[in-house]
Amino acid sequence: MNGLEDLYREIILDHYRTPRNRGELETPPAVRADGFNPLCGDEIVVYIDVDDAGVISDVAIGGQGCSISQSSASMMSAAIKGKTVSTARDLIVAFKGLMSIHETDIGGDGSESGGEAGSDIDMSFDNTDDMALGDLEALKGVVKFPVRIKCATLSWNTLAEALEEASPIQ
Amino acid sequence: MSLPTNIKDDFPVLQQSFHGKSVVYLDSGNTSQKPQAVINAMSRYYEADNANVHRGSYELAVRATAALEDARAKVARFINAPSTSEVVFTKNATESLNLLARSWGGANLRAGDAVVISEMEHHANIVPWHMLVAELGIELRWIPVDDRGHLDLTDLDRLLDGAKLLSVTAMSNVLGTLNDIPRLAKAAHDAGALLAVDASQYVPHVATDVQAMGADFVVFTGHKMLGPMGIGVFWSRAEILEAMPPFLGGGEMILQVTKEGFTTNEIPWKFEAGTPMVAEAVGLGAAIDYLNELGMDNVRKHEVELTAYAMRKLTETHGDRITIHGPSEPSERGGVLSFVYTGSGGEIHPHDIAQVLDQAGVCVRAGHHCAKPLMTVLGANATSRASLYVYNDESDIDQLAAALTAADDMFSF
Repeated sequence: MNGLEDLYREIILDHYRTPRNRGELETPPAVRADGFNPLCGDEIVVYIDVDDAGVISDVAIGGQGCSISQSSASMMSAAIKGKTVSTARDLIVAFKGLMSIHETDIGGDGSESGGEAGSDIDMSFDNTDDMALGDLEALKGVVKFPVRIKCATLSWNTLAEALEEASPIQ
Repeated sequence: MSLPTNIKDDFPVLQQSFHGKSVVYLDSGNTSQKPQAVINAMSRYYEADNANVHRGSYELAVRATAALEDARAKVARFINAPSTSEVVFTKNATESLNLLARSWGGANLRAGDAVVISEMEHHANIVPWHMLVAELGIELRWIPVDDRGHLDLTDLDRLLDGAKLLSVTAMSNVLGTLNDIPRLAKAAHDAGALLAVDASQYVPHVATDVQAMGADFVVFTGHKMLGPMGIGVFWSRAEILEAMPPFLGGGEMILQVTKEGFTTNEIPWKFEAGTPMVAEAVGLGAAIDYLNELGMDNVRKHEVELTAYAMRKLTETHGDRITIHGPSEPSERGGVLSFVYTGSGGEIHPHDIAQVLDQAGVCVRAGHHCAKPLMTVLGANATSRASLYVYNDESDIDQLAAALTAADDMFSF
């Protein structure tokens, strides 16, 4: 099974087995966004509660999917909880940078409508070089398995939509 | 008679290794591998006979035209079509079904008319009808699938009441279920409807006789039956084809074009606008020769035996952890094994299974198999699917069973 260890790192399997922030939030006040991978049928639901100060006070993840999409969503939820909308947006950029630009090349799609949610995210690395990804670095191995990149980015594209609804970019 | 034991030698793709393991190709329901004879026939066509067809007067053009029409004749004999002129070449089965919906449907369906399909259809036999629902206001009715993976025909007469067309698959690409096409043909005709059959998963595996089926339209694709990608077939009876308006417009499909209009060519060319896929037709012809040499009865016998072996082996090795969808009796199904695997840590997602299997060189498909309405019926968002063909043998199944153990180990907790 050589090579699979790069993909299925222990911390990824841990988040898969014990997903963080699993559940639902009441909407409103929370906003909800649905992400969908038409390739495999995976679904991610992201709920976020953003307070008046622009801080993501609560987050919940629903839906179902493979170990990569589920663990990525779980890690993402842990990484953004308590952070500002602006920091979360930087994390999205940093994470998608980690996943490399392949994701847009192969048609990244986090939108329910099958649109082009992947393409409206700024892929530049400005101001994100020192963004600490922490556990999320464990997902780096996904890049070696190109068909799984969409699994890893599904929740992040969905988060981008939720952030846009909660706090539109001016 | 059975299939040659060294049959894998005929397939160059199967001579490779991935991740240090000999490839075990179990995704033939998706696309089949090609024997050297097919690859050679296509190369030879380009090396020796290539020219455009039906328009040159020189020797090469005559040969190219003969190559295309010889392939058509092989297809006609292979499916026992009454006439070669009833065999229309398309890009694939999807295009064939769109031809049906656009051309026949456009001319014969009006708002409120009903088309009946089933819950086990591929998206190719769903979406073209959804498009006519939106454009013409037709009604789409669904034959349900029962717990055993068969069509539930309890309400068939009611569903067909007043319907213009019944369009169903001959064999499910997810469940492997073989449907009783002659029975469905009789029911459709008794109700005054026509019958269209999506035989994409059927023609490669079972001796096909479109007349015995009683169908009015039969569609299939070349690439699932050892032929190349890029060629499909649309068959209908001559009188229906004659009455249908053309599909795509352009060269080849016309007799006369003036500033005022055009007249259409004879069938089948009326439906073949533009330069056709001649090399692909030659490849499909070579695939048919290859299958005929194996004998379609042997192909089916091999498939039933190997399906029985696979169901037994997987169940023996994995017990309750594996659930195989579809009919439990191998003779009632094709060699398509969609399964859900529940390890000690819960259900292992098909994407994860396919990933671990890939490391063992085992190719299976994970996903919804372009049959989302059926997935909803099964209560699954995705399944893993191993699909068999002539080049698979018991050792392939053994490696699948062993690789599933590895997946179980990786995701157990």
